[in-house]
Amino acid sequence: MADPVKSIVTPIRLEYDYTPGRATSRFLRGIARHCILGQECPKCHKVYVPPRGSCPACAVPTEREVEVRDTGTVVTFSIIRVPSENIHFELPYAAISVLLDGAGIPFFHVVQDIPLDQVRMGLRVRARWVATEALAPTIASIECFVPSGEPDAPWESFREHS
Amino acid sequence: MGETETGGETLRARHVLEYPFRRSLGPILERFFTGLTEQRFVGSRLDDGRVVVPPAEFDPVTAAALGADRLTEVGPGGVVTTWTWVGAPGPKHPLDRPFAWALIRLDGADAPFLHAVDVAQESAMRTGLRVKPRWAAAPVGSIRDVACFEAEA
Repeated sequence: MADPVKSIVTPIRLEYDYTPGRATSRFLRGIARHCILGQECPKCHKVYVPPRGSCPACAVPTEREVEVRDTGTVVTFSIIRVPSENIHFELPYAAISVLLDGAGIPFFHVVQDIPLDQVRMGLRVRARWVATEALAPTIASIECFVPSGEPDAPWESFREHS
Repeated sequence: MGETETGGETLRARHVLEYPFRRSLGPILERFFTGLTEQRFVGSRLDDGRVVVPPAEFDPVTAAALGADRLTEVGPGGVVTTWTWVGAPGPKHPLDRPFAWALIRLDGADAPFLHAVDVAQESAMRTGLRVKPRWAAAPVGSIRDVACFEAEA
């Protein structure tokens, strides 16, 4: 008898065209210009980054565009130990939820250049961009975040987001 | 994220989401897939005497665990019980030309088995068609060890 077959690979694959819509398209075009754009809600004044064109809490369109800084505060994080084909970071690495200065909601990215046991809530970070000629309308234009060297942000400044 | 268009107001990008799950087979389905590497179809006998393929781990009526003593070989020939035509095969389909997905009741089995049938054109497909497997050149222990079925000569 042949060697027993103990397992099979059963890939689940979905290939599709993603259209981010007008607001997020403007955000992505901003990224290609080294600029992070959000949109402010006219009622609650929260700044959404990336913008989706509306405020889900107030149910109103968000039209005013605001530029936020490429520095921010780590509000939560997770150590990733499982490989994924489309992620090029060396394992293990820290995925972060980063609240950019001027933004009202955090977004996900990766922090590098810091030992994993020193990644913490409140850590101040700044974006490391790809070379200017490589800038493109994709979040991959921000290679990663790295510690900015500033003192940690106080808990009160981001408690709403962690 | 794939290529991104830069013209027009809204962007568009091709996204691919794929999970390459590896599934453990267990003692019953292991025999089915090992059988494929030997060009054999292994089914199992249920409590009411019916034979199903791939083999069942539990009886669908009584829910009793079915052991390896219930395994039985079926096929390799069979009969098409129903089918549908695929005029434009996708990249993951077993054939790169139009073919039929068919439910095939293998000889000795009481329930059908899904696989592709390679016929020259749709008009050559019919319920009741006798088919036999075309085995892959290099078996790996996958359902693709059956390249497809084809009409019996």
